[in-house]
Order: sequence, then structure tokens, then C-alpha cells
Amino acid sequence: MSKPIELRPDETFVVNVGPQHPATHGVLRVKMRMDGEYIVEAETVIGYIHRMHEKMGELKTYPQFLMNLSRMDYLGAMGYCHGHVLCVEKAAGIEVPERAEYIRVIMVELNRIASHLFWFGAFVMDLGGFSPLMYALQDREYILDMMESVTGSRLTYCYFRFGGLYNDIDDEFIAAARRFIPRMRKSMAKYEKLVTGNVIFRKRLEGNAFLSKEVCRKYGASSAVARGSGINFDVRKNEPYSVYPEFNFDIPVFHECDSLARYNVRMAEIEQSLRIVEQALDKLPDGPIMPAKAPKIIKPNAGDYYQAVETARGSFGVRLVSDGGKTPYRLKLRSPTYSNMHLFDETCTGMMIMDALAFMGSLDLVIPEIDR
Amino acid sequence: MSLTLLNVIFAVVVAIAFAALNAAYLVWAERRGAGRIQRRPGPNINGPFGLFQPPLDGLKLMAKQLTIPGGADKILFVAAPVLSMFPAIMSFVTIPFSEMIVAHNMNVGLLMIFAFASSGSMALLFAGWSSRNKYAMMSAVRSVSQAVAYEIPMLITAITIVLMTGTMDLMEIVRQQGPSILHWNIFPLLTNSHNLLMPFSFLIFFTCTLAETNRAPFDLGEAESELVAGFHIEYGSMGFGLFFMAEYANIVIGSCLTTILFLGGWHPPLPFLGFIPGVVWFLLKIYILIATFIWIRWTFPRTTIYGLLNLSWKILIPISLFNLLLTAGLLKVF
Repeated sequence: MSKPIELRPDETFVVNVGPQHPATHGVLRVKMRMDGEYIVEAETVIGYIHRMHEKMGELKTYPQFLMNLSRMDYLGAMGYCHGHVLCVEKAAGIEVPERAEYIRVIMVELNRIASHLFWFGAFVMDLGGFSPLMYALQDREYILDMMESVTGSRLTYCYFRFGGLYNDIDDEFIAAARRFIPRMRKSMAKYEKLVTGNVIFRKRLEGNAFLSKEVCRKYGASSAVARGSGINFDVRKNEPYSVYPEFNFDIPVFHECDSLARYNVRMAEIEQSLRIVEQALDKLPDGPIMPAKAPKIIKPNAGDYYQAVETARGSFGVRLVSDGGKTPYRLKLRSPTYSNMHLFDETCTGMMIMDALAFMGSLDLVIPEIDR
Repeated sequence: MSLTLLNVIFAVVVAIAFAALNAAYLVWAERRGAGRIQRRPGPNINGPFGLFQPPLDGLKLMAKQLTIPGGADKILFVAAPVLSMFPAIMSFVTIPFSEMIVAHNMNVGLLMIFAFASSGSMALLFAGWSSRNKYAMMSAVRSVSQAVAYEIPMLITAITIVLMTGTMDLMEIVRQQGPSILHWNIFPLLTNSHNLLMPFSFLIFFTCTLAETNRAPFDLGEAESELVAGFHIEYGSMGFGLFFMAEYANIVIGSCLTTILFLGGWHPPLPFLGFIPGVVWFLLKIYILIATFIWIRWTFPRTTIYGLLNLSWKILIPISLFNLLLTAGLLKVF
């Protein structure tokens, strides 16, 4: 028999949520000091899936390192590759054909939709609704099939090359993408009815985890976390890159600062991404997908370069310090989820564990991307 | 004397068989239903339509070792699954499936079912406490507060029925719900109270049944995304199997009780359909209710613990109390 327990009125206990816990969607560990169901103090512990991507970047040549980027965020890999490729192109002065840039944008936006769909399913599952995940995955499957036909992989793409692309898209892909857009719009209307309008869903998220603008700025939050708190910041608009200025799209911003606002931002972003894909397919120019004389060996000029892109999870930055050699002197990857996650410790104090984990779901954490 | 004893033993054996069979095949039905809702096949490999899946699952569970975590309270830990299954089976004894098919009718059948139902939450508390696991403990505390909160409106609603029928005998309650759908307690237009609020009572009772059986959207006891598996987190083998079966047995009990109290038991909805045996109607009604249970589970997200308690204390209890008073008044008037 165990010893009798002495009861103290101020007694708290520590719950280790993770590294293996269904709500953390990966190997994040949260040490929560609990008073009953209430969180007194929480501390996120990371590093369980650290793979030294930045160090690898210093050791590998530029083309060798390309495939590492898609292993950072396995759900929105295209955006991360895009950032790296743009940064190296800037550093090495490589011209990219217009058609290649258009196809890149199509791919990145389709990947963003796929990533948001997966988040949507997983988020509703965190709240205890199982079925939307299956519907979302079915829609995502169309995107993956499309991508597979062109890039050869379904998840960890290595599609972008310095100067262009590995493979041109064909008529079949374009037709599939055109079929996908109305299909996705129909699905969005269904999700609206099934999930967004659900009374339990709304009750759980309205007013859950208030994140003020100041907190978002303090931690450097981006993506839907910042835009759900009324900060109108999107790298695609604020620091335009690639061919984004040629498209007509909006940045959804909600001012409620709660989990429902973050949910709404992402759902609205799917529609905006569809608009971008639609326009890009219409405007798609003809031409080569690789420059005529792409350098065989990438040797950027010595210097310090930075390129930020808007990925599915927020503002991703690549800082490249080159000494003119075949490998970078230093490669720093600024991962958006790392900043978004650190909000959690401060905000979840005093919340109940269910609400805190719903809040964690609304942050859209991908753990390999935090640990890099 | 000995004949009565034999009769009761026979009834208990039949009840166990019915409960176990139902529990096993409801798991199959639930998984197939979930598959249908989620556009996937569900279990379909073992046997026709996957019908051999439940016995194979049972065999697998029985072949596993029952592990007891270090520092756990051994006696309570082993007793808890048995205690959760026991009241579920005992409740079957008094449920009338038709005019003829009832194991042992008694004049306080309703009381007996409620008595057994409340001892079910004790098993959850034992399981959560004895596992020596923080998640299990939190889940046990939640389950108990949930059970307390939802037993009250459930009992008040049941008392309304008792007032209307004047008896706690389940067979008598069914007999009074005359020949057609308008005599059922859900639409009691042709019975003595003429209470128009009874459909709400039915909804309250159904909601409470969902909550009492720990089903979604009230499955806070085993909230997978927060408490991993809740009170049965440390249970493997048939210990887990018993909890699982008890959950489904409780669903069957809840549906039976709802059918008896509100949906006219074994009576057909219209008098000319009386040539179909009563037990068919009874089973049809309970399986429609169970299908609704499954449908709700795979459609709704989970509520929060405070949302759950607020719903009970602030909405269900006042409405059911009001309905109780109204029914009492109406009975006096008519």
C-alpha cells in the first residue's frame, strides 16, 4: 500500500504534457504546474527532435543542402525551400525565368492550403471532433496527388533549384488545379457549416487565450497568431518578393485576439491562396523554367544576405553569411513557430488544461520546425 | 423458493450474454458507423463485413498480461473494472423487453436502475485513484463531478414520469403508454397530464444519458487530447476490455431506459402495427437511439468541463424542475 498523502491547501503538482502526448502533435514537452485543473505555471521544453540543420547548412554545399529545408516543416515544405532558394539566388546573382517564379508561387500556395487543411483537421481533433480531419485529409490528398505528379514526392519536396525548377508543370497539372479550386470552395462551405457554425466549437474558442498586440510583438509572432490579434503583417505584402505584387489578394486580419480569430484567419487564408493560384494559372507565361546559363557550382559573393518569406506558419527568414566559398560561412534559419510557441508559457498561466491545449492547437505548432 | 433462485440465475446469465454481445457488437457498429461518417471502410477484413472483429479483439485482450503500475493500490485497481461492469449487467435484470420478456420485474425497477447507475461512477473514481497517475486522477475527479451534475436533472425528469404514471414499475410505466404514439410520454396529448413540455424533458433525459455514459460531446473523463485516455490510462488487457464493454453496456441501458420512459417501450407507434411482436419494436427503438449516440459522437467536438457543469446546473436542472412542477400542477387540474 502506498503511504497516506498529506494534504496542503496550496498544493500543486507537475504534469508533463509530452514529449509523447496526443495534443502536442510531435515531441514538444510542456511542464505544467497544476492546481487541480488550472495551470499555475507552464514551461515549454524543446530540443527532442533537434537535427542541426543550421550546422549542416555550413558543412554542405548549397545544392546538397536544398533537401534539408523540406525536412524542417514537413507540412508546408515548399515555402521553406522558396525562402532558401530566393536567398541563395540573391546572394549568387542568379536570374530566375518568370515562368519558374509563377510555378513556384502556385506550388507554395497549394502547399499552404494543404498545410492549413491538415492544421484544421488536427485542431478540431484537439477539441474532440474526429471527422473533420478525415474530410480535410481527403481534400489535401488532391493537392498531394497533383504535387506528386510534378515534383515526384508527396511531402518533403525537393522541387526548387537555384535559378528555377526541377520539372515543368504539364497541362494535366493545370487542369487538375483548375478542377481543384471550385472543389475546395465547396468544401470550405461545408467546413463552415460543420465546424465553424458548431455551437460547442464556438463556445470553446470565443474568448479563449486572449493575445494582445503587445504580447505578439514582444515574442515576434507572425502568421495567423499575429493576424488574429489585429497585426496586419504578411511578408507577401509588407516586403514583397517573387511575383506576389502581380496578384490581387487580401490579408485577412481579425481583431478579436482569441483562438477563434486565429482559426478564422487561417480559414480565410485558404480562400486567398485559392485566389492567388487562380490568377497565377491565368497569367502563367510561357518560357524556360531554368535560366540558359545556370551556374554549375554555386559560389555566392562574400556578404551578408537575408530573405524573409511568408510560409504557412508565418514569417520564415534565411540569413546567409557567405565568404565566397562553396559552403556558407553561417546559415541562420529563423523559424516562425519558434517565436509563436514561446507565447504559450506566458499566456496559458491561469487557464484550464483543456483551454490551454485548445490554445496550443490554434498556434499551429510543427515541432521539427521549432527544433530544426 | 429454489425455482425463483434458478429463475434469477438464468436471468443473470442471459443478461450477461446480452450485455456482452451488445457491447462487443456495438464496438463493431460504432467503428463501422464512424467509417461511414468519415468516408472510410472501417473494420472489414475479418469475416463478412468485419463481423469477426469483436471476438478477435476480445481474444487478443484476454491474451494480454494485466499489468499493475508500481505504487498502485492493487485491490482497488483490480476491482474497478469489475465494479464498472457489474452494475451495468445487473440493470439488465429488470428491463422489460416486451410484455413477456423480462428477467425479473420488480415494483421499484426504476429506482434499482438508478441505484446501479450511480455506483458505476464509483468504479471510475476507484480506477482513477488507484492507478496512481495524474491524468487518471484528474479524469476521475471530472467524471464524478459530471456524474453528480447530470444525475440530478435525470432523476428529476424520471420523477416527472413517475408522477404521471404513478408507479416505479417499469412494466407498468410501459403499459400505461397506450396503443399509439400520442400516448407515449414524449407526446402525452392523450394521457392524463397533457403536458406539452414533455419533448423537452425527453431531450434533457437524452442529454443526461449522453453525459452519464461518458459519451461525446461529454466524454471529459477520457478526453483523448488532454488526459490521453483518462481513468483507464493504466489499464491494459481485459481490465481495459471491461471498461470498454461497460461503456457500451451503459449505452444500451440508457437507451432502454429512455425507450421505456418516453418512447412507449414495446408498443408500436400506431395501433394497426400491433401484429409485429413487441420485442421487435423495443429493439428497433433502442438501436435507433444508439445510432444517434454514435452519430453525435462523430459529429460534435468535446465540451469543456465548466461548459458541461454550467449546462447542467444553469439550464437542465431549472428546466427539469419547472417541468416537474408544471406536471404536478397539470395532473391536479385534469
